[in-house]
Amino acid sequence: MTVEAASLKAVPQARVRPRSRRSPLAGAGLHGALVVASLIAVFPVFWVLVTSFKPDAKAVETTPKLVNDSSLDNYGRILAGEKGDFLAWFGNSVLIALMTTVLAVFLSATTGYAASRFRFPGKRSLMLSFLVVQMFPFAVLIVPLYNILLALGLQGTSLGLVLVYCTTAVPFCTYMLKGYFDTIPNDIDEAGRVDGLTPFGVFWRLVLPLARPGLAVTAFYAFLTAWGEVAFASAFLSAADESKTLAVGLQVFVQQNRTEWGHLAAASILVAIPAIVVFYLVQRFLVTGLSSGAVKG
Amino acid sequence: MRRFLDRHWYAYAMVLPVVVVIAVLVLFPLAQGVFFTFTDINEGNIANPILDRPATYVSVGLDNYLNVLSGDASYGAFWSTLVRTLIWTFGCVFFHYTIGLGLALLLNREVRGRAVYRVLLILPWAVPAFISAFAWKYMFNAQYGIINQFLRFLGLDDPPVWLGQSDWALVAVIIVNVWLGVPFMMVALLGGLQSIPGDLYEAAEVDGATPWQRFRNVTLPGLRSVSSTVVLLGIIWTFNMFAIIYLITGPNPNTRILVTYAFERFFSGASRDFAVASTYGVLILSVLLVFAGVYRRALRKQGEVW
Repeated sequence: MTVEAASLKAVPQARVRPRSRRSPLAGAGLHGALVVASLIAVFPVFWVLVTSFKPDAKAVETTPKLVNDSSLDNYGRILAGEKGDFLAWFGNSVLIALMTTVLAVFLSATTGYAASRFRFPGKRSLMLSFLVVQMFPFAVLIVPLYNILLALGLQGTSLGLVLVYCTTAVPFCTYMLKGYFDTIPNDIDEAGRVDGLTPFGVFWRLVLPLARPGLAVTAFYAFLTAWGEVAFASAFLSAADESKTLAVGLQVFVQQNRTEWGHLAAASILVAIPAIVVFYLVQRFLVTGLSSGAVKG
Repeated sequence: MRRFLDRHWYAYAMVLPVVVVIAVLVLFPLAQGVFFTFTDINEGNIANPILDRPATYVSVGLDNYLNVLSGDASYGAFWSTLVRTLIWTFGCVFFHYTIGLGLALLLNREVRGRAVYRVLLILPWAVPAFISAFAWKYMFNAQYGIINQFLRFLGLDDPPVWLGQSDWALVAVIIVNVWLGVPFMMVALLGGLQSIPGDLYEAAEVDGATPWQRFRNVTLPGLRSVSSTVVLLGIIWTFNMFAIIYLITGPNPNTRILVTYAFERFFSGASRDFAVASTYGVLILSVLLVFAGVYRRALRKQGEVW
């Protein structure tokens, strides 16, 4: 028996296979596989957490122990700015990531909505060009971008970096949101129009609130793009310590022959916390948001 | 013209900001980057407004392309780097997809604690990539890394030096990238699985299909449109993945892929060779465009609408 892929898309009904028919052995195997996979997924983060409490010298002992002279010293030193201006880097990263998130969500929502609801000349080539933009290696853009940011007076500023991150985040987010808007029935738009709303009004007051899961996933993606980006940040931000982002600043811990693992681990935990918080807030939307979005784009 | 604008101005107003940003920050730089590949531009001869110095680079025709495509080692040994890039890309995406699909299938069943497993399994995606890179670099260390400790504990007396000058370094970065990329695939495929109607499975079961037959004839076709999109995206992203290799092994020639070499050329060395870096960029883009074209045609032959 064969199934048409197209006919499946029409039925977005989640269905879970019943548990009753599974033998105890299969159940144990299922849990075993999931537990092993979860351990592999979580272990590196756990190991960094454990290391973050150890002094640098104990972090490189040849027989690792879970707890070894552990204390909060690493955190104290990093927050006090002994190892570089951590709080300034943190502030820069927060500012850049939040600006990117807001701008990218706004831009991709309007574009995604236009692509979902209106037929206009140039729509096809616009969507296709978004796919091609994904393929641009930064290597070909990095020098010209540097020149353009210089010409616009944005070189070395957060806004310049935010715009650059948007060029990476917006195309993918637009695809995702277009797919999500497609799942919101058009009747809602028409009803709004009948009640006298403009197309912008319909978008702003009716469609956006309904698209919250899609927007959440988009925000998550845009935030992570900006929060973890290394190449552009190292190339475009000035060498002054206080203008660095975390991704650039933390590299001072990884010197050629002498890595301060304890301090690096503590800094890493501090960096990972905001990302994990954002992740926790949106995680229940991830499956619905992503599946009805990107994958059907 | 007026009628045309009347009809479409809402749509155009909504896409205009994106079009402007992309035109200014992607298309124009791309054109300039392509132009650079025909010159000998570097740090020393580029126009510098701060020093008030005009540009003095000159056209060199196709020399950059000829030098790179000759495969010369002083120009990054293009062909062997391309082969390594392909091993890296397809290795990573193969494991992303198979492991992601396996976990999605497990999570799609009714399991006690499903929500908890899901949160734990998505975690690698939530951690910023450069943090993961540091964590793995630490764990892969030959002397004090936990991975080799574990291998010794299992009775392997002579565990490999993971991040040294050998192919183990490539294996190590592939492992890290697989760890990083599985959650995205898993979530996307899980969404795809949930959109396959349960009746199809019931019908197949009534017809006496084995689990393997149900998987081949119901699950895989049902996932086809999801799979084709995420695999293409995965290949593009992995081909251009830079941060992991750069942060874990640095300029190690055993893990050099096209993108990292372009960055090395751009950043390191006394001269900062912008021309060769841009040439690599254009070649990377060409490879991906050709690949995407072939991929699309192959899908169209299977009757896929994408």
